[in-house]
Amino acid sequence: MSLMTEITIFVLAVFVGFEVISKVPTTLHTPLMSQTNAIHGIVMLGGLIVVGFANDGLEYVIGTIAIAFGTINIVGGFMVTDRMLGMFSRKPKPKAEPDGKGGA
Amino acid sequence: MLEAVLKPGGDGATALYIVAFSLFIIGIKQGTHPTTAKRGNLIAAAGMAVAVVTTLLLDGMGNWGLIVLGLGIGTAVGVIASIRVQMTEMPQMVALYNGVGGGAVALIAWSEIRHGISIGEDFSLDTLIPIIFAGVIGSVSFWGSNIAFAKLQDLIPTRPIAAPGQQAINAVLLIAIVTICVILAVDHESPSQGLFILLLVLAAILGNLVVLPIGGADMPVVISLLNAFTGLSAAAAGFALDNVALIVAGTLVGSSGTILTLEMATAMNRSVANILFSGFGGAPSGGGGGTGEEKPHVSIGAQDAAIKLAYADSVVIVPGYGLAVAQAQHAIKEVADELEKRGVTVNYAIHPVAGRMPGHMNVLLAEADVAYENLKEMEEINPEMPRTDVAVVVGANDVTNPAAKNDPDSPIAGMPIIEVSEAQEVIVIKRSLSPGFAGIDNDLFYEPNTSMLFADAKAAAAEIAAEIGNL
Repeated sequence: MSLMTEITIFVLAVFVGFEVISKVPTTLHTPLMSQTNAIHGIVMLGGLIVVGFANDGLEYVIGTIAIAFGTINIVGGFMVTDRMLGMFSRKPKPKAEPDGKGGA
Repeated sequence: MLEAVLKPGGDGATALYIVAFSLFIIGIKQGTHPTTAKRGNLIAAAGMAVAVVTTLLLDGMGNWGLIVLGLGIGTAVGVIASIRVQMTEMPQMVALYNGVGGGAVALIAWSEIRHGISIGEDFSLDTLIPIIFAGVIGSVSFWGSNIAFAKLQDLIPTRPIAAPGQQAINAVLLIAIVTICVILAVDHESPSQGLFILLLVLAAILGNLVVLPIGGADMPVVISLLNAFTGLSAAAAGFALDNVALIVAGTLVGSSGTILTLEMATAMNRSVANILFSGFGGAPSGGGGGTGEEKPHVSIGAQDAAIKLAYADSVVIVPGYGLAVAQAQHAIKEVADELEKRGVTVNYAIHPVAGRMPGHMNVLLAEADVAYENLKEMEEINPEMPRTDVAVVVGANDVTNPAAKNDPDSPIAGMPIIEVSEAQEVIVIKRSLSPGFAGIDNDLFYEPNTSMLFADAKAAAAEIAAEIGNL
């Protein structure tokens, strides 16, 4: 890919990012931040490429740590987001129910 | 092992990467609506799976043992941490995940330089500039996020920490970093690895020094900003590696993170530059240090509070981070249940930055089964305040401070607040009269219609719920 092609992609992606996200209810800010946080874990691919084509000892070490870091970012990020959003998806309980839940 | 089928940069790999980033865009889009958010997250995760598998299938991939080792360690740590983390600890968890992401970028940049030098590659500026950018920003993001994590986890004091001449030191560091970048770029055909490592170290120090002086209250904005930074550094790594998936995904995070950062800063009526370079922390305006304790205030017990609440018509609960720390969301819900049984209208007033991130408080209350329609945003609840009998402030402080409206010299002047002092009566549940994150005294505590209930939020709420039940 030529540099200009890459810059074109970059600029278009900036606008897509702005457009896709500009109207978010406050409620979803934390989960959404967590989800986008997980998405930048995609740098892990860079780690895979580095290790996959590495040819000296230190590169092995650096690259493996990079893979581990990136994987934590991805796996942890998506799982934590899922847990947060799971809090919202519970069905609203009927108002008339007499006794609330016990333990706090 | 796996059969390698795709050429790096070939049509097959690129097509799969396009599928991956399309799923990211759809995932983020769906993440902006309450009904589709959960599915959106799964779609984005599926996109990530496509991107990872595509990369593993690239022709020429090797060192499978190390790859499996890295993936295994990362998955184990990520899964365990995500399952064990409390909902109250979400902000620092996001900070930590963001930090490791930035760390990965910095390490990849270092490795690219090293690899290029070892095979005698002539670096073009097209490759070297993105590598330098990725290294610097990744390193700043890694260390900055770790400091943010440590502050939110109370491993280091949340108050601003700054050495005299801090700004000058930061400026010198920044000049040194830019100078090294220029030297590396000028000598781009044979860059020095030693200089690049020095660059990473200086960026690390800068990351520490920039975040240390920022107070705990501003931390969400900082995490959000670092999230955007990490995204941009990932995009830079994509330029260096000619990887379209990295460029698009990193850029998406960069631009969305920037919007989120601006929204948070707006909610606090501060500019991002102001947060980064001033730090609250300065001398409290007026009154001086320890005079707060001497001002007259009304103190009540749980029983009195229960009576005030039980005979009210409408009650507004104003939760803050203290509620989260005390894990009091379930106990507060019990108070609300008891009141609703008696026919009292109970609503929750959510300040945009309640908790430590926008939306954090909503997550905590949802965890305690509070109905979505009872959560009122600040603009919605403020006009209702004069018609509210009792406002209960639980672990919130700065977001209720009338000084933001009345005192133009206050450090939080102009910040939108929940106007609890407009309510007929105010009950503040708090451990002491100590100031909040902003480090300033709250005039609300000394107003004639305010009663202070000094206790742990969870214990106090449980006691109040029991007392109301006994009435």
